[in-house]
Amino acid sequence: MERCDVLVLGAGPGGLAAAAAAKKAGAESVILLDRDRKAGGILNQCIHDGFGLIRYGASISGPEYAAKALAEAEEAGVTLRLGLQAVSMTRERTLLAQGAEGLAEFEAGSIVLATGCRERTRGAISVPGTRPAGIFTAGVLQNFVNVRNILCGKRVVILGSGDIGLIMARRLTLEGAHVEAVLEVMKEPGGLARNISQCLYDFGIPLYTSHTVSNIIGKRKLEAVEVSAVDEAMKPVPGTARIIPCDALVLSVGLIPENEVALTAGLAVDEKTRGAVTDRFLMTDIPGVFACGNCRKVMDLADYVSLQGTLAGENAARFAAGEPLKPWLFRPVSGLVKGLPKPGSVTCPICPNGCQIMIDPETGAISGNLCPRGLIFAEQEKVRPMRTLTTTLKMEGGTTPLVSVRSDRSLAREHLIEAVRRLKACRVKPPVRRGDCLAELTFDGETVRMLAEEDAE
Amino acid sequence: MRDVIIIGAGAVGCTIARELSFYQPDVLVLEKECDVAAGTTGRNSAVVHAGFNNRPGSLMARLCVEGSRGMEALCRELDVPYRKTGKTLVAFDEEDREILRKLKAQGDANGCRGLKLIGKEELEELVPGVGGIGGFYSPETAILDPFKYCIAMAENAAENGVTFRFGEEVTGIRREEGGFTVTTPKGSYTGRILINSAGLAADRVSAMAGVDGYHIYPCRGEYFILDEVAQDLLPMPVYPALKAGIGGLGVHVTPTIHGNIIIGPSAEYIEEPDDYATTPAVMDKLWREAQALLPQLKRRHIIGAYSGIRAKLAPENEGGYRDFVIKEEEACPGLINLVGIESPGLTASRPIALMVREMVGKHLPLTPKEGAVRTHRFPPVFAKLERAEQERLIREDPEYGEIVCRCRRVTKAEIRWAIENPLGARSLSAVKYRAWATTGRCNGGYCLNRIVEMLVREYGMRPEEVTLRGPGSEMFSGEVK
Repeated sequence: MERCDVLVLGAGPGGLAAAAAAKKAGAESVILLDRDRKAGGILNQCIHDGFGLIRYGASISGPEYAAKALAEAEEAGVTLRLGLQAVSMTRERTLLAQGAEGLAEFEAGSIVLATGCRERTRGAISVPGTRPAGIFTAGVLQNFVNVRNILCGKRVVILGSGDIGLIMARRLTLEGAHVEAVLEVMKEPGGLARNISQCLYDFGIPLYTSHTVSNIIGKRKLEAVEVSAVDEAMKPVPGTARIIPCDALVLSVGLIPENEVALTAGLAVDEKTRGAVTDRFLMTDIPGVFACGNCRKVMDLADYVSLQGTLAGENAARFAAGEPLKPWLFRPVSGLVKGLPKPGSVTCPICPNGCQIMIDPETGAISGNLCPRGLIFAEQEKVRPMRTLTTTLKMEGGTTPLVSVRSDRSLAREHLIEAVRRLKACRVKPPVRRGDCLAELTFDGETVRMLAEEDAE
Repeated sequence: MRDVIIIGAGAVGCTIARELSFYQPDVLVLEKECDVAAGTTGRNSAVVHAGFNNRPGSLMARLCVEGSRGMEALCRELDVPYRKTGKTLVAFDEEDREILRKLKAQGDANGCRGLKLIGKEELEELVPGVGGIGGFYSPETAILDPFKYCIAMAENAAENGVTFRFGEEVTGIRREEGGFTVTTPKGSYTGRILINSAGLAADRVSAMAGVDGYHIYPCRGEYFILDEVAQDLLPMPVYPALKAGIGGLGVHVTPTIHGNIIIGPSAEYIEEPDDYATTPAVMDKLWREAQALLPQLKRRHIIGAYSGIRAKLAPENEGGYRDFVIKEEEACPGLINLVGIESPGLTASRPIALMVREMVGKHLPLTPKEGAVRTHRFPPVFAKLERAEQERLIREDPEYGEIVCRCRRVTKAEIRWAIENPLGARSLSAVKYRAWATTGRCNGGYCLNRIVEMLVREYGMRPEEVTLRGPGSEMFSGEVK
């Protein structure tokens, strides 16, 4: 039995922040547990940028965000225990985990749950049809494409307009697949306006709201999906069906808070969302057990998760020390909004405000920006939209097949696909350090450097 | 020339293969899919029927009762998960009660043990929360793991020298002096005795061998699978009293040996014998009927859906059942036909195999094979072990410490065993049905990537070679770069 003041479950953005904060708030021993051998959780497969606008004041990628958060936790003196899968826990705050070294038992003064979420599946939403190869949830596919160097197919339909689905629409397009359509059963898309603008509109990918997949076709391998408009009750409207041939169907139909470990201790979860129920101090119904991030309530931004993790970690330390707790008073400050961008607007990616800036098609007048940076962005959008490129490079002889990279400056949107095509031939040899320049691209006489987002051996 | 060729590696084909493997004859099994249990065997309610559903005097009734009685010992011998749960049928009105009275009389005539009609209180005691006004209880009904049943049969047979060949869809059969030549896209094989246990294709296989006159009507049944969290709601299978003889047992709710609940099956006659779709209208109906039986089921418990197809000899307008056909064809000596082996085929598979063994024995001397084994053992299911045993396993093999499938707590060692299975089946389904990974509430959201990575990085498969269930079901187009 290993004793500690604070035990944090899950080393994603919430857990890393919680562990660091608990240590800084005075907890003597803080153990951070994760089933993976690498800290960062799902951030490691989110190679796109847009993270860190609030926490770090810059748009960085998931792996970069994870690296920063990990450095903070390590600096604070958190004990990382990786490659350990928590199996069960008790209301007395003991926890059983297992790894290659055996079973490990922990006893903690307080526990922070930061176990994230899982994806809703085809089974859960009962899409009719056959069960062929070629159906993936967006996050599973993101992991295959960005981490394991495996591509699903070439003609893709995406069901659901959650952020991961939108991100994957762009990612697959950049990697040479053709995204035939994104379908959303609701009247409004579920993802951020920013992502609809930069992942779909940028590449001319059609989005059909109030539509769903009404049948899956293909006995062994997916051949096509039948797509139908839906009525108010979200049932397919007869007569509206059409067939879209495809070899991959990607589902981005919602996230479910993951609380399997804590449920073994009888954690109270919301009947509908399945999220851990907490009081205003982020404490669950189990005394001394706190919850933060997506296992409590699915959040739009990792930055928010970190913020909440910080308070959960601090309160966990306070609880372990018998000190009074502080309430979670945070209200989202970001203007980043969900749903369709305003018609004719461009969504500014520079800061968390995510201004939807209007450009008058006749006069060219710009309005709706909260700051001068938005004005500059919109002026550029008028003449030539520029984008940061995030992608992967093939590693040779490394422990992983890919390393993620980000351009050091933005490049013209029309060059993005060609840029990824050129980078396909590139081979990188380990070791790689975050920030290393791994490739250069020249467009229109200007050179763009591709910098490593992560360390790789 | 082989002594015996068996076409079809479902529960029946594999059980016959095992029964013959204890004797001298040389046996070859040809299967069109890439693994055993790929057809109806893996797509049913996984119930060991007591035998009251079938007409007294029929083969179905006799073999089902025999099979039911021997199943517990057989599963112990083969290390197949089995649990005697009992089963109830629910009456919603007086007409239903009358149906159940008749059913009991039929079951008693068939030799079923312990059947009894029960009142509402007793029903409620057996299955708390169940709907209905009374019912019928069968204490001998059980559930099992049909995949492991079939895999154990096949592995035991293979250990005793039976050859299994997959991806061998029979395209032609020629009768010749002293035997048969069976052609598949991969080659041709000769055998003295030909056993047709081709399930949904048994009519076509028989016709290829020159015996026309069978017609199989595929009759699809759709199912829902529910999350393990619902398992406490249902201690045993609950069936409705079936009013019209439509040839199924009605939509029922059944606990599975793995802790899920399944709802189904419907019964729709369809055109194609491999159309395993699920349909919106039937899915809605399943849900309504299941709720009538067990109102406490919640829609959010659903984690998946699938369908299976019955190989019916009775056409739609006739309905109900026609008896199993299990015989050596007079017109074609040496051809042993098994046609129309629908429910209760799984329960009856061993008695069927014993019948077939007798038929084979008329042609070939059944001299016991020296060294043949009857028992089979699967590696331990980590999640089900006591803690001390778990710790011992991890010390011996650290891969038992690494959880690959989180929902079912399946370890890397178990995935490795599944990948390296002795039958050589290599697909995601082969791993799924052996190690039971990807079957939980996240549908493989965590483990799928890890299993595929093992196949690619540790077993040298290219991504485009990884299939869901054999050639034609490739999951990936290749590497990204």
